[in-house]
Amino acid sequence: MRLPWRRHHKHDPLVCREFVELVTDYLDGTLPESERVRFEAHLAECDGCAGYLEDMRRLVGSLHEVPEPPPDEATREALLSAFRDLRG
Amino acid sequence: MLLERLRAGDEQAFAALVSEHDGALRRVARSLVRTQALADDVVQETWVSVIRGLDGFEGRSSLRTWIFRILVNRARTRGAREARSVPFSSLTSEEEPAVDPSAFARDGRWASAPARLDADPESGLLSAELRAHLLQAVDQLSPDQRAVITLRDLVGVPAEEVCEMLDLSEGNQRVLLHRARARVRAALTPLVGVTG
Repeated sequence: MRLPWRRHHKHDPLVCREFVELVTDYLDGTLPESERVRFEAHLAECDGCAGYLEDMRRLVGSLHEVPEPPPDEATREALLSAFRDLRG
Repeated sequence: MLLERLRAGDEQAFAALVSEHDGALRRVARSLVRTQALADDVVQETWVSVIRGLDGFEGRSSLRTWIFRILVNRARTRGAREARSVPFSSLTSEEEPAVDPSAFARDGRWASAPARLDADPESGLLSAELRAHLLQAVDQLSPDQRAVITLRDLVGVPAEEVCEMLDLSEGNQRVLLHRARARVRAALTPLVGVTG
């Protein structure tokens, strides 16, 4: 294992324009280790990008909280009846 | 075992299966075809196919993946003549940045701090006002982006399973999700007032 800063030197430091393109992979945990190190180094020093990432987290969390469409009881009854007819 | 109960004609097992997946199926169907009426038809056809196909299900994928694959195939067939149904293969090789390039200075840093989305401090989610606009923003995406963000973020299906459901490569799934989220953010941003 090489020292992180050595590997780091092989790349230019991450800038904001690149950061925003890596956010989805970062949140999915699919960034390669070296990219994740660069990503988090930039995150620690850039308020704009920290805010962007936080907003994206909230956005994804909020999408997951959107309520499902309510069940359609008539359709549900029809499905159960179809199940009885076809499998009963 | 759920599958065995379903095959044996256990109505309660089927009712539970419908309760678990029907809402998500309707949501995904709506992302794939142009009208609510067509989406409802597609979901109903899907359930009938599920009932008929239980004996042939081989368990190579999860039951959920199998059901959603039936839905996607139905939607593509039924929606083939609909403007909303676009082949997924025509994928975005063009560069479409997540954020408008004019937001960045020449050196690639933010020209000014990016606008923040209003949050609700108690829940840690977006503000109720922004949340009320989420589905509208999703609805304006391209069909392929809409299907992916619906499955990943609204329904909460893991990436790998979404690839299987939609016949997407892992890379394409990531690009579509990334663009979709960025566009939804951009759609919400004017609502909070752009700074700078």
